[in-house]
Amino acid sequence: MSETGKQRVLILGGRSDIGLAIARRFAADGHPITLAARNAQTLEDDKADIALRNAVEVSVEELDVLDTEAMAAFVAKGAAPPGIVVSVIGVMGDQHENQRVAEQAALVMRTNYEAPALALGLYAELMEAAGEGVLVGVSSVAGDRGRGSNYVYGSAKAGFTAYLSGLRNRLSGKGVHVVTVKPGFVATRMTDGMDLPQRLVAQPEEVAEAIWHAVEKRRDVVYVKPVWRWIMGIIGMLPERVFKKTSL
Amino acid sequence: MTPSVALSGWGRFPTCWTRLAAPRGPTDVKAELSPGGVIARGGGRAYGDSAIGSSRTLDMGRMNRMLAFDYETGTLVAEAGVRLSEIIDVFLPRGFFPFVTPGTKFVSLGGAIAADVHGKNHHKDGSFGAFVEWIDVMGADGEVTRAGPRDNGALFEWTLGGMGLTGIILRAAIRLRPVETAWIKQQTLVAPDLDAALDAFERADEATYSVAWIDCLASGKELGRSLILLGEHASAEDLPPEQRAHPFRTAPRRKRTVPFDAPRFTLNRHTVRAFNAAYWRNGSKREGEALVDWDSYFYPLDAILGWNRIYGRRGFVQFQCVLPLDRARDGLERLLLETSQAGQGSFLAVLKRLGPERGGLSFPMSGYTLALDFPVNRRALALIERLESIAIEHGGRFYLAKDALLGARSLHEADPRAGLFRQMRSERGMNGVFGSRQSDRLLL
Repeated sequence: MSETGKQRVLILGGRSDIGLAIARRFAADGHPITLAARNAQTLEDDKADIALRNAVEVSVEELDVLDTEAMAAFVAKGAAPPGIVVSVIGVMGDQHENQRVAEQAALVMRTNYEAPALALGLYAELMEAAGEGVLVGVSSVAGDRGRGSNYVYGSAKAGFTAYLSGLRNRLSGKGVHVVTVKPGFVATRMTDGMDLPQRLVAQPEEVAEAIWHAVEKRRDVVYVKPVWRWIMGIIGMLPERVFKKTSL
Repeated sequence: MTPSVALSGWGRFPTCWTRLAAPRGPTDVKAELSPGGVIARGGGRAYGDSAIGSSRTLDMGRMNRMLAFDYETGTLVAEAGVRLSEIIDVFLPRGFFPFVTPGTKFVSLGGAIAADVHGKNHHKDGSFGAFVEWIDVMGADGEVTRAGPRDNGALFEWTLGGMGLTGIILRAAIRLRPVETAWIKQQTLVAPDLDAALDAFERADEATYSVAWIDCLASGKELGRSLILLGEHASAEDLPPEQRAHPFRTAPRRKRTVPFDAPRFTLNRHTVRAFNAAYWRNGSKREGEALVDWDSYFYPLDAILGWNRIYGRRGFVQFQCVLPLDRARDGLERLLLETSQAGQGSFLAVLKRLGPERGGLSFPMSGYTLALDFPVNRRALALIERLESIAIEHGGRFYLAKDALLGARSLHEADPRAGLFRQMRSERGMNGVFGSRQSDRLLL
């Protein structure tokens, strides 16, 4: 808790455009912030900016989520868990490369499923013991159904979505809330230069706003742009016999 | 691959194609430097083609971090893409306000430096550059130079008012003004004609802020009739007792948005004349003192988001010149006569006393500046050409942040510094890498 009575928000993968937007949104609401990422020292300018604008305390922490041992130590080291932990960990990779190069596919799978699931799982233990806390996992609409153009990434996100669902189920009634966020396309470094239908593209600030709102209102599963719920609903209902012939 | 887009300035004229990239830091900026003409773009509030690159444009909006603030000196270090509106949002509640602000708060820090913008206090405090401690500029070779009044002074002076043509401004340190409240004590003076307006300005020499709205369609004995608005930062004692506990609290202003381009018939000599006459009548009734919040005082037009659309789809141009003090009266009379005869007046014409000039290509000089908006049409463009000639005849010069039309010959005739600037750019190898549609047109 800070002077304003707001809980600390820990952002795993804090360097990403979405991660920084989330930090700014919660800081604007008076929450102290911790950004955890690799090469944390390069986040000093962002730390200064968020602290100066919002008059909140901001810290940056070195964290390589793919180093399981180091990550477990990172989670264990604090006296008490942060009130809110958000995972923005993820990497898209290139589907063609993911198909051909096993190491590349493994990196995508580990980054989108293993690392965020393990991290939030460890924080869930601490929060359950404390009897309170909020966990937010940024997953993806790509996890709603495996598509030929994106299934390595999509399957990892599907795993993460399932993990969050299970976590929410298990922790229901124990004071710990779990939010699953499915942003759809977002205008970030990841999608720079991609030719996307602009009406389906959210800005990082919209994702941050949706997450802030979901935490405040204790929402379970959030699509940032509501149209995605319909799109994925329809894609999900297509019979496999039809779906397999599409190019989505 | 950097996508191509059609870009225009705030006046929505002209529109040009350019490759547009949005760098996140110096490394991204460096990667965009290549022969062919790159220019940085901030808030996009320059009216014409100043912030449209000859081949590439760098949208600096993502480089908008505030890095450090010293409460003792009021010095803020920030990246170039941060807007004045953000600085005000953060620092006014803490007792600081920009020393110099133009008529919109949506300009970026880098843009304010590149255009060396002035405000209602130019006669007293000078231009934006007077409060810049240093700037970091990336040159054609990708190297970053820190320049200030003492170190790399020549680069510093050429960059103030240099319209981004000396390199990419990455960050800067500026001093903010300590203020006790978010309010301005405004005094309205009514000047029935041009002589009265100029007299009022000269008498108000000591006022921190002064600006006049001038009825550019009044003629005959009423030529140059104006409402002169003087302002001082209100101290805590100036506020009504119930507001003193919260001196920075002002009611949020209602934002309006112009939802569509106004059809052309809505803007003609009759509607504009009627608007000007009504504004004059209303304003004259308010003669005297009033307490006005900072937003309404400094940025009346910002409350109408997209106000540039009232001039219709074809856009508008602004004519702004400054005339030296000794020839200002005659020159202004000629400019106003020409404008009122043509009947091509603008909604808001602004007259302002400016203080002494500084080096580089900075616009202001001791004298009077007049700013007029016109919709883009044949008659207005012809009028602007005549106004340019009158300004040049009277020793005037032009504000590049507003310009979309000027010819290279007129610019270089009006302002011999332009030739020196061009020479300096060529000697330092800037002209091969940094260039805008405006610099191509004006041979800068």
